[in-house]
Amino acid sequence: MIIVIDYDTGNTRNVKKALDFLGVSNQLSADPAKILAADGLILPGVGAFSKAMDALISRGLVPVIQQAARQGVPILGICLGMQLLFERSFEFGQRPGLSIMNGQVVPIPDQLGVKVPHMGWDQNQVTRPDPIADPFDQQFTYFVHSYYVETGPENILATVDYGVRLPSVVRRKNVIGIQFHPEKSGDVGLAGLTKFKELIDHADYSRN
Amino acid sequence: MLAKRIIPCLDVDHGRVKKGVNFVNLQDVGDPTAIASAYQKQGADEIVFLDITATNEHRKAIIETIEKVAGQVFMPLTVGGGIHTVSDMMALLKAGADKIAVNSAAVDNPDLITKGAEKFGRQCIVLAIDAKFNADTNQYDVYVNGGRKKTTLNAIEWAKQGVGFGAGELLVTSMDRDGTKSGYDLNLYQQLSRAVSVPIIASGGCGQVSDFTNLFQQTTVDGALAASVFHFGELKISTVKDQLRKDGVIIR
Repeated sequence: MIIVIDYDTGNTRNVKKALDFLGVSNQLSADPAKILAADGLILPGVGAFSKAMDALISRGLVPVIQQAARQGVPILGICLGMQLLFERSFEFGQRPGLSIMNGQVVPIPDQLGVKVPHMGWDQNQVTRPDPIADPFDQQFTYFVHSYYVETGPENILATVDYGVRLPSVVRRKNVIGIQFHPEKSGDVGLAGLTKFKELIDHADYSRN
Repeated sequence: MLAKRIIPCLDVDHGRVKKGVNFVNLQDVGDPTAIASAYQKQGADEIVFLDITATNEHRKAIIETIEKVAGQVFMPLTVGGGIHTVSDMMALLKAGADKIAVNSAAVDNPDLITKGAEKFGRQCIVLAIDAKFNADTNQYDVYVNGGRKKTTLNAIEWAKQGVGFGAGELLVTSMDRDGTKSGYDLNLYQQLSRAVSVPIIASGGCGQVSDFTNLFQQTTVDGALAASVFHFGELKISTVKDQLRKDGVIIR
């Protein structure tokens, strides 16, 4: 069973709809016991970093998600949910994140002549082959964000070129982040969610 | 770089697509979910639903429609028509919409744009503008109420103000070109592109593939919206995209 962490953020129900469409067993929940018992977790998210951290803190979910990550539970953060996995964000002042992955969240520079937010279909390039990122290589997926993650190349599986090279898929062992919206990226996006399900099904592969 | 977007628009009345869509293999020509799925397969980048339900008591039909579509169609969905309050927006976003388009209600009450942007983010709020060229003043006038009522607003100025109020995207229809199949109003979109930095969707006038090419090569708009040429099968989205790729336009 996949638990989609339910902390009142925008795209939660669309993520659930995509999993339902794929026939992947899933449930929305903010219950720590269910989250720790899950085969896999999805952390959705749209909107402001700070507000999302407030919502996780008020539900007591920060240590729960951190513990699940340490236990090797496959975790997929989507859009803001990916950014929350990192150490800190500079959106409206500095704010600590879940610190499950090393790196920080910074604004997309708009002096490069690109429009911010980065909104629309953009083309991914896989930088490190990995089952979770391979379906996205050279494919266009749907992005909506004004901030992006700065992290080491060892964590980056795919990027898009938007003035700067924005990481679009990141991974550290069992923890995965996708900057775009797989639940809004047509068949390609659904293929990515299916890959996450397959990763969960191969427990030896995920719990390392 | 971002791909240019091709966006079909569906008029929905009481949960049914009003202008029948003429696709092969489509059993129910009025079912929004079946039509949206067909467009997804053809390669649409986004779908706009325009709710034309006249009576308020049937307003919840559009929410049910979006709820159903969002369970089967996994791409960005924009909904417009008759949205007057932040709670209208909330209900549609919860049902699965990604963006909300406001038109007449924003002219009456620009604060609606700001309230929506503050609550859901700018990227959620699309300002739709119906513009008609005025030969006397050599400017574009803004019309509301489905193009029936002229306002005192200048379309370029209103676009700038709307972005200032918090709109994250503009959907601008040329009333002069709408239904004429004589091509997009390039002059209008060139003026708009110079005036604002948010994404612009052009609407009205497309009749053939070269109209899309001209639009994307001669203006910096981000998307092209069309209805009848797609609905009646005169153009297929996949055909349009193949040609755009040949013409060097970045397309998904």
